Amino acid sequence: MDLRKLFLKANNEPETNGLLPRSRHIVCKGCGRRTPVARVRREFFVCPSCGRYYTMRARRRILMLTDKRSFVELDRDLVSRNVLGFAEYDDKLAAAREKSREKEAVICGTATIEGHAACIFAMDSYFMMGSMGAVVGEKITRLFEYATEHHMPVVGVTVSGGARMQEGMISLMQMSKVSAAAARHGDAGNLYIVLLTDPTTGGVDASFAMQGDITLAEPGARVGFAGPRVIEKSLNQALPKDFQRAERVLACGFIDAIVPRDRQRTVIGNLLGLHEPAARKDGSDGRL
Amino acid sequence: MEDYEIVRGARGDGRLTAWDYIRSMIPDFFELHGDRLYGDDEAVVAGIGTLNKMPVSVIGIEKGKTTEERIKHNFGSAHPEGYRKALRLMKQAEKFRRPVVCLVDTAGAFCGIDAEEHGQGRAIADCLFEMSKLKTPIVSVVLGEGGSGGALALSHSDRIWMIEDAYYSVVSPESCANILWKDTTRAAEAAEMLCLTAPKLQKLGLIDRICKKDDPAQLAGELAGELAVLSAMSDEALLEARYRRFRRIGY
Repeated sequence: MDLRKLFLKANNEPETNGLLPRSRHIVCKGCGRRTPVARVRREFFVCPSCGRYYTMRARRRILMLTDKRSFVELDRDLVSRNVLGFAEYDDKLAAAREKSREKEAVICGTATIEGHAACIFAMDSYFMMGSMGAVVGEKITRLFEYATEHHMPVVGVTVSGGARMQEGMISLMQMSKVSAAAARHGDAGNLYIVLLTDPTTGGVDASFAMQGDITLAEPGARVGFAGPRVIEKSLNQALPKDFQRAERVLACGFIDAIVPRDRQRTVIGNLLGLHEPAARKDGSDGRL
Repeated sequence: MEDYEIVRGARGDGRLTAWDYIRSMIPDFFELHGDRLYGDDEAVVAGIGTLNKMPVSVIGIEKGKTTEERIKHNFGSAHPEGYRKALRLMKQAEKFRRPVVCLVDTAGAFCGIDAEEHGQGRAIADCLFEMSKLKTPIVSVVLGEGGSGGALALSHSDRIWMIEDAYYSVVSPESCANILWKDTTRAAEAAEMLCLTAPKLQKLGLIDRICKKDDPAQLAGELAGELAVLSAMSDEALLEARYRRFRRIGY
């Protein structure tokens, strides 16, 4: 590994979770202020001076949402293969693994959130922009199947540019695969909470990001099907400023609530609690 | 560079569109309009009729042929209203356990401010979610263009067939080339790598049958035969097989 490259990368990308070389400060892209990493962590990766939301990696996100030491990862060893022999894909995968220090663009597992057991997945934008190939589809499908089998809720954190084109139609059909697993999970009376983060677009927006029983979003997150540049180009006009932003998408009727980072664990924990068997009047577990 | 020729051919003039197939396969076709929520999207033509004496619901994406028709059908790019109309009629088909035939021919779901704000993503997601549990047989045929999510939305089916010179792709070769190399003139190379032709997709196990082009009569016969087989299955077996059909893809 070229160390110099690594440091350069670190300098160019201030929005990290501090896992990259030990820079002790994060420089905000919004206001330019330097903040110590330790403080950024305490503040849930929100800039203390301008309120900008920094990109969070999946693992950090899971730590933030779940109870201490409760997370148990599932299927961590599934890795993508270049099935179609697509040009440069092997290199891109290797680069993504190095950059993200993850094996794929989603992390799945079980955990407790404020004491409530749940299956959880979190996507990682550092891994090929959170794009969905066969492994991402497979891991999320397995998680829904696991949750169905154990009558557990699923909490999903999405961030994605959409289907991963290097896997062609195999990627696109992951949307169908995950949707079917999510439908079965829901039909068995189980809860699915989705938290949309910036950006959630393309094939992920057109499948499991939009299939939650309860749909939450982070402030300002871009949520939409088509990329804004594609729309701008095809319409030949500038887009409204709040277009595809969570607040606007909520106003259009597609999001239940916008939840700031420091409230997410509490809100999700409470929602899970509301759906637990003891909280139901008839004492059933929700199955038909 | 042959694959890119197929893409261009699938977009070209002189092809049979969804209406052509509907008219010749379903002589008593009765069109039904509207999503009952907001509007009627004419990019999606849908209705009921008999296919070889079997009542079916048909949902097609229509591109139109003349300029006037193309504008009317929005060049075959559906808005959320179109997918919601499709889903409404699929639920209606389920009620009467009438098989569903989807005829897919679209460059992609429409990109625009209204389409986004009316929930294009949600509309497609709903199709996938609901079709996965629809208790009636569904067969989808990609007639020409199978453009990404907009085509996928009508293809969560028991069988996915393609006309021999159609294509079905995660992304258009031009966009793919643009993303990879910032150079749309290399679309032909991208087309080759995307594995988007019917024979390649069949080899990957993603589609089930390749159908002869320009032959609606033969397609009608094949559809009737397949739908009869699927209709004989119990709901449980049908849904389990549909689940497995997609479950095995990719890993």
